[in-house]
Amino acid sequence: MSETILIILGMGVVTYLPRMAPLVLLANRTISEGLIRWLRFVPAAVLAALLTPELLLRGGAFDISLSNHYLLAALPCFAVAIRTKNLFLTVFVGIGAVMLINTYA
Amino acid sequence: MRTETLRETSVNTAAPVNEFTTGVAKAAPVMMGYFPIAVAYGVLAREAGLTLWETMAMSLFLYAGASQFIAVGMFAAAMSPFTMIFTTFLVNLRHLLMSASLAPFLKGLRFRSLALLGTGVTDETFAVNCTEFANTRRGHYFMYGVNLASYSSWVTGSLVGAMAGTLIPGLDQLPLDFALPAMFICLLVIMLKDNVMLCTAVLAGGLSILLALLIEGNWNIILATVIAATVASGWEKCRKRS
Repeated sequence: MSETILIILGMGVVTYLPRMAPLVLLANRTISEGLIRWLRFVPAAVLAALLTPELLLRGGAFDISLSNHYLLAALPCFAVAIRTKNLFLTVFVGIGAVMLINTYA
Repeated sequence: MRTETLRETSVNTAAPVNEFTTGVAKAAPVMMGYFPIAVAYGVLAREAGLTLWETMAMSLFLYAGASQFIAVGMFAAAMSPFTMIFTTFLVNLRHLLMSASLAPFLKGLRFRSLALLGTGVTDETFAVNCTEFANTRRGHYFMYGVNLASYSSWVTGSLVGAMAGTLIPGLDQLPLDFALPAMFICLLVIMLKDNVMLCTAVLAGGLSILLALLIEGNWNIILATVIAATVASGWEKCRKRS
């Protein structure tokens, strides 16, 4: 086996462990009330933490100008998501918005 | 403390096939977002000198968007194996938090099933799975559906990119890479059911930007999540006491 494949397998192992360990360790255990309360906030926090750099950072710098097409396209997405809570509609509006902005801006 | 009695009973085993196909259907936005990114990855990896098998091995065994792009860069720069593996570990460590918050919904499953479900935890599948688990009584077959559909899209896209060698004309014209941020927006909106959740998201989002500007690497996501969840759960605890 080449060294490259061995490195890839190593990267695979260290990626897999954090994905698998909490499921295996926590799913069948009685988790403390405090931890459950804490975990309840993780999904919204982690999504917001992933999303904001995507929308507000361009090339590692803060960008809230009109040239930030992702940020502009995010506005109709938020509007549609709040009104309809429809995932597909939000995705289509988002892609459509980026296409429009790329064409006309 | 294992709760053996919960086995087979607490998990929704009704109509596994329906659950699975619903999962596949709900994964459609993820598949749509993954495919073009995977194609781009495949092209980039081959251009950086990886063989077809190496390119595919990365998608099959690593299955992590951002860190595969980073890995291609590190292979091109001929970095030491330790640096490469450790960087990959740090970039993907955030999945620990996601798996932990999915765990309470997977009570009663065997080690084997949990270990298999763990292979498919990504930012995007996590977002779809936990929104669904929180709002409806879905079982683990739903998660298998979401995970397998998303994985297939990623692997297929990588293969297409690795074989084609260049970007498929037309595909890069369509801004499909915005499918994933758009999906996050909608799932986040669904999760924001009360003001505490909203404040948590605003805090996490703000901290994530700030930390991304201040520190190297992908620590911003883990740190922002941990701080925001800690502040929110502490605040909620105080509020309930008073």
